[in-house]
Amino acid sequence: MNQLLPVAFLILFVIIFGVGLMYLASLFGAKGSKSKSHLEAYECGVQATEAKTSKVSIKFYLTAILFILFDIEIIFMYPWALSLNDFIASGSGVYMLGAMGFFLFIFIFGLYWEVKSRALEWE
Amino acid sequence: MGSDIFEFSINGLKIIIIFMMMVQIVPLLVWVERRGSAYIQNRFGPNRVGPLGLTQLLADAVKFLTKEEFVPQGSYKFFFYLAPVVALIPAALAFGAIPLSIPIQVEAFTMMGRNWGPYTFPFQSFELGLGVVFVLGASSLAAYALLLAGYGSNNKYSLFGALRASAQTISYELSMGLSIVGVLLVYNTFNFTEMVAQQSGPLAFKFLGNDLLISWLPNWGIFYQPLGAILLFAAFFAETNRLPFDLPEAEGELVAGYHTEYGGFKMNMFYIGEYGHMLVASALMTTFFFGGYTLYPWLTPESLNQALSSFSPTQASLITAFSLHLVFLVKVLFFLWIFIHVRWTLPRFRYDQLMDLGWKTMLPWSLVNAIVTAVIIVLMRSHWS
Repeated sequence: MNQLLPVAFLILFVIIFGVGLMYLASLFGAKGSKSKSHLEAYECGVQATEAKTSKVSIKFYLTAILFILFDIEIIFMYPWALSLNDFIASGSGVYMLGAMGFFLFIFIFGLYWEVKSRALEWE
Repeated sequence: MGSDIFEFSINGLKIIIIFMMMVQIVPLLVWVERRGSAYIQNRFGPNRVGPLGLTQLLADAVKFLTKEEFVPQGSYKFFFYLAPVVALIPAALAFGAIPLSIPIQVEAFTMMGRNWGPYTFPFQSFELGLGVVFVLGASSLAAYALLLAGYGSNNKYSLFGALRASAQTISYELSMGLSIVGVLLVYNTFNFTEMVAQQSGPLAFKFLGNDLLISWLPNWGIFYQPLGAILLFAAFFAETNRLPFDLPEAEGELVAGYHTEYGGFKMNMFYIGEYGHMLVASALMTTFFFGGYTLYPWLTPESLNQALSSFSPTQASLITAFSLHLVFLVKVLFFLWIFIHVRWTLPRFRYDQLMDLGWKTMLPWSLVNAIVTAVIIVLMRSHWS
């Protein structure tokens, strides 16, 4: 808890800094026109034709799902990487290597299957 | 944060100063970027305002301040204003956890009729045991700022830019995480200070039970993890959305990407976030692979302590810490210059090429790097008797 107090302090300071900058900018900022076309979001210069909820490619969702799967597997490697040296010292390094090898085999097979099923193609 | 008022206030000031250092390095980098690009492209660049155009930075700040405060119609106002602030946080948190020099030891002294006990101030905002994991986690939060900006702006260019940026960031995070596994295997710790301490001597390692020593080379991580260093640096380019990976801001297709609707200081805060990420990436490269704040054989904590034996312990500690901090800054500036030089040298990828490079080239190679490192470490460090 005591270790995380400075982190909280930094987050608070950054928020105050950012909000303060934006407040200053709103004090000194020029006042723009109030006309309808001025306030509109930029599309290409003339009046916008497309609705806000325009279509989004489904590939982005697929990429995000695949990322979550692989990232969790990578996170499992961190404690293993840290404890491998202790296992080597106690003489069971080769066993730990084999255990992680089996885990990585699943990882590599997943990647291979992903490439084969064309989940990573962007045309 | 501290046991008494002195330690508490020094630690608080330190956090603010380190964050301000990060903010202040941004205008300087923008100046270097503009002058450097002009130099590379045989132009002049900003050279009217002040000597060498240096006060251009001040003029820019004034312009940022007087820009119109604009919120597009139909946008989600809260998200629109939240995104720039969120963009600042990840880089600030990650930079705060990286040690910039060795801790400063302050001896016991008397001030205002009171005894103040001996203190140790780490040369970083906060020292966490899980340094590497914290930095990775904090810098991953950057994707939220991009998504908030894209979603809140009510602009399809912003939305596309944000989606591209987040897909790209998370794709390259895989190879980044995997190349750091190799680093963890070599140093056997999550703590940055211990990593740097292991790199401060001459190149020495165990090979098949024999101790080898190469006294004219420093014990830097780059000699143990050359492939990992290259992969990690390439992944950092994608994480910071810099060229050749700056698809989120591809002007020809997306106007300006996720910050199309932003102007003035709000826009500037996205810049601070981006350059802050470059700073964090350079600092991580320095700490993982290039000896951190030490420079064997001239500038290491041990050699400086010997040279400064005539000073009092507190003064010697201060001088040591700040001169090692200079070494760290020089190394970081070198990597920042590489970031800028690459931006003005390489053209941009196409989006499918970018995703192919991330998933089909860099991910398998970083996997190979992690496996080979693990096998070699088991071979080298086991007792074969």
